Amino acid sequence: MNTTTQAFTTLDETDSSSTSFLKKTATSRRSFLVSTSASVSALTLGFHVPSFAKEGSAAGAAVEVNAWVVIHPDDRCVIRIARAEMGQGSSTGLAQLVAEELECDWKKVSLEFITPGQNLARERVWKNMSTGGSRGIRESQEYVRQAGAAARMMLIQAAATQWGVPASDVSAKDGILHHESSKRSLHYGQVSAQAALLSPPDVKTIRLKNPKDWTIAGKPAKRLDTAHKVDGSLRYAIDHRAKDMLYAAIKASPVFEGKLKSFDATAILKKRGIKGVVKLDDNAIAVVADSWWRAKTALEEMPIVWDEANNGQVSSQSIAEHLKEGLTSDKNVFADTNVGQFDDAYAASAKKLEAVYSTPFVTHACMEPMNCTVLYTSERALAWVPSQNAEAALAALADGSGLPIEKCEAYNQTLGGGFGRRGGPQDYVRFAALVAKQNPGRPVKVLWSREEDMTHDYYRPIGQCLLQAGLDEQGNLKALHVRVSGQSINAYLAPHNIVGGKDRRQLQGYWPEPGDAQLGYTVPNLKIEYAMRNTHVPVGAWRGVNTNQNAIYLESFMEEVAHASGKDSLAFRQSMLKDHPQHLRVLNAVADKAGWGRTLPSGVFQGIAQFMGYGSYTAAVAEVSVKDGKVKVHRLVLATNSGHVVNTNQVAAQVEGSVAYAFDSLQSESSVLNGRIVETNFDKYKITRMVQLPKIETVLAPTFNFWGGVGEPTICVVAPAVINAIFRATGQPVRSLPLKNSGLELV
Amino acid sequence: MTNLLINGKKHTLDVEPDMPLLWVIRDELGLTGTKYGCGVAQCGACTVLVDGAPVRSCSYPNSAAQGKHITTIEGLSPTASHPVQVAWKDLDVPQCGYCQSGQILAAAALLKRKPKPTDQDIDEAMTNICRCGSYRRIRAGIHQAAKTGLGIDSVIHMVSSTAVLSQGMKTGEDQQASCSGACQHEHDHGHDRTVQASLDASSASSPQTTPSRGFSSNCA
Repeated sequence: MNTTTQAFTTLDETDSSSTSFLKKTATSRRSFLVSTSASVSALTLGFHVPSFAKEGSAAGAAVEVNAWVVIHPDDRCVIRIARAEMGQGSSTGLAQLVAEELECDWKKVSLEFITPGQNLARERVWKNMSTGGSRGIRESQEYVRQAGAAARMMLIQAAATQWGVPASDVSAKDGILHHESSKRSLHYGQVSAQAALLSPPDVKTIRLKNPKDWTIAGKPAKRLDTAHKVDGSLRYAIDHRAKDMLYAAIKASPVFEGKLKSFDATAILKKRGIKGVVKLDDNAIAVVADSWWRAKTALEEMPIVWDEANNGQVSSQSIAEHLKEGLTSDKNVFADTNVGQFDDAYAASAKKLEAVYSTPFVTHACMEPMNCTVLYTSERALAWVPSQNAEAALAALADGSGLPIEKCEAYNQTLGGGFGRRGGPQDYVRFAALVAKQNPGRPVKVLWSREEDMTHDYYRPIGQCLLQAGLDEQGNLKALHVRVSGQSINAYLAPHNIVGGKDRRQLQGYWPEPGDAQLGYTVPNLKIEYAMRNTHVPVGAWRGVNTNQNAIYLESFMEEVAHASGKDSLAFRQSMLKDHPQHLRVLNAVADKAGWGRTLPSGVFQGIAQFMGYGSYTAAVAEVSVKDGKVKVHRLVLATNSGHVVNTNQVAAQVEGSVAYAFDSLQSESSVLNGRIVETNFDKYKITRMVQLPKIETVLAPTFNFWGGVGEPTICVVAPAVINAIFRATGQPVRSLPLKNSGLELV
Repeated sequence: MTNLLINGKKHTLDVEPDMPLLWVIRDELGLTGTKYGCGVAQCGACTVLVDGAPVRSCSYPNSAAQGKHITTIEGLSPTASHPVQVAWKDLDVPQCGYCQSGQILAAAALLKRKPKPTDQDIDEAMTNICRCGSYRRIRAGIHQAAKTGLGIDSVIHMVSSTAVLSQGMKTGEDQQASCSGACQHEHDHGHDRTVQASLDASSASSPQTTPSRGFSSNCA
């Protein structure tokens, strides 16, 4: 299909022989600067008068109507995308939103990914490029729709001027402008050059469509980026090729925070293709060669001595002890919610329950391992990266290369998975810059082995949770205490986000305030606390982040409480969600569509869970059997209310895809021994496989009155739904993950 | 010197005999559709066909491939027209897409060996890892390519914004909210539907088109 075969370009110069590159880049930068000065006020909204239009563009050239919309004379419409595409499909969704307001012909739409250097040069006309927290659409939707609408208004004005009629008499649909009374029409490509010369409309005059009138957005449009993914032609960063390119394999201290003490490169430097050995900072080393395999093989053979600092004795066991102390300690703990009098109410309860849950470190394992190619000269540094935040990658390139950021550019490619690993720390970019800097003039592709990737991640934080519940005579939950003890992402990556010693992020999903990740249950005496207990293991955002652990702790414990109260799992939850009708609505939707309480085959049990994250409400029902310790999930029904739905098919794909990470939550673990990660590759690390996947049904329950995220919120409800079904099947709660800790295995 | 026959083309290369076939294909020949994922034959991203059988090229010395027919994703079909590739496009199987070269070749090999695979055949043959979780659509894609009639793609239940759910509860604070287009059919607004979204290819380029194939309306 033509729509997809050419649907996709990046502003990437694939010929990176340095001189032609620099020339091209310099030219485009100049034109950006010219255009930037033309219309500073318009820039804040992404509208600007393109330089080449003012300079008199050659006939036949594509015209930038505004920063987001480029129209070819043959009506092909290029929609620019600032957020990263890592499989979540939001580039297609964002294009749908622009096209919806632009009223272009969707069949003629293609995508173009902007670069952070361009964004910087144009005073961030494309705004935030960071792609995480399920924000890609919900945080951009308004300004990209406004950009589409503004371009449409300019195209209408250009046609009206040409015809000498009022703009209000001109309509636009499917890329054609109509003047009804005179039966005249023009294609977008015929007036785009004139439209581009017009001043952009004041944003206050832009009226966005009511979503109920959408014809392109809100539909199950196919992705625009599929064709290149089925014939091997899509180039990920790892696939970058350039003349005279060198390859590097790297190794950082296997013990976190350890240092490089010494190494002996004598033998490997004699090997075929080996160009050199490069020390990176004081804790990593790289071998540079004419082939990555040669570099990696030599690196493995090279004797290296590491200083393990004081971390060589740290183990999962010692970390568990450290966290356990935080469950009852008064030190370094804060209460984020303290409603009523938990202690008194709990003491007075007719029935008391107490449990400790635990969740391990888990790794991202993006299919495309960390990598980055950098071409460094004293004048310029260029990087080909897979980043969830191209601007952060650019900054890391500047940092590593030592060049001013204006002399750097990063070409972000489609990511072979992101899941949070490539959003915050751009360590792989900085490392590549350090290697390239020592090999000036030649591009160097720095690729991490899977082992390096898996043992130097920013892991999902480890945690334990003490939960206490007090019930009255009727089995109503009157008192609840949740004490999370575990590692803090902010402490590792963003200490400035910890205000007054209170790291609220670790309590994601338990927050009292509405909007993003609100606790749905109303309990009259409620205390929710966090005790920060950090380790030497790096932690970061893992798709769904802290909703994952927190939903497991609370929703699994709620099942224990429901059981103790003698109430049905659904009814018990419903009774406490009355103050939060959106939470309740999604729970009811999943119960309805799953057929909660229906007659099941012998040995199959249902489990249910609900939670909120990323501005969306989610709930799950799992149907599970357990035999001889083998846990089989037969069916998952997963409900989401994300407010609006831009592409039903892609939302369903995200919901279905969530199950892979959710099953990791149940079965995976990156454990620690001798200060280092034990599971170094997929032969040791348990990871979700096709055979484990059940039938998945997606329930979309949008209420069209808010914009919630989609990529992450479903993951956290799957694991507790499965755990709760296991509890009903076996009578034994699963409190310690991975499942093997309870003698169970997901099959 | 190693002689390799890749996608019908002969290559003579001066490489170490133990260099894995993957790195010969990717770095020496520039066929980058074959991916590196683990290096230990666990994930299948590097899958190629050697004499028609799926092989994990990261753990397969190039010397072992001499004299054999090697097919990479670039050589599976001239215009991405292999039934597996067509089904993959039709069902929007790929998410990030990184593992899909390997998945597609593993699926193509399975269908060659077993033209009408069962779910169990698929479970046994398709051990490649996908981190995005496209597994359900991979399964559906194989069934569709094989025309087994067994494939059920994504089941999507649409719940209207005004639905009265479970036990007669009014469940929204938003009863006035109007359905704004997430439903594919205008007339479906206001009540729930179940959609088996085996989307028609025509909807790819024209989302305005009401999908005509593979949908079953099952109002709750």
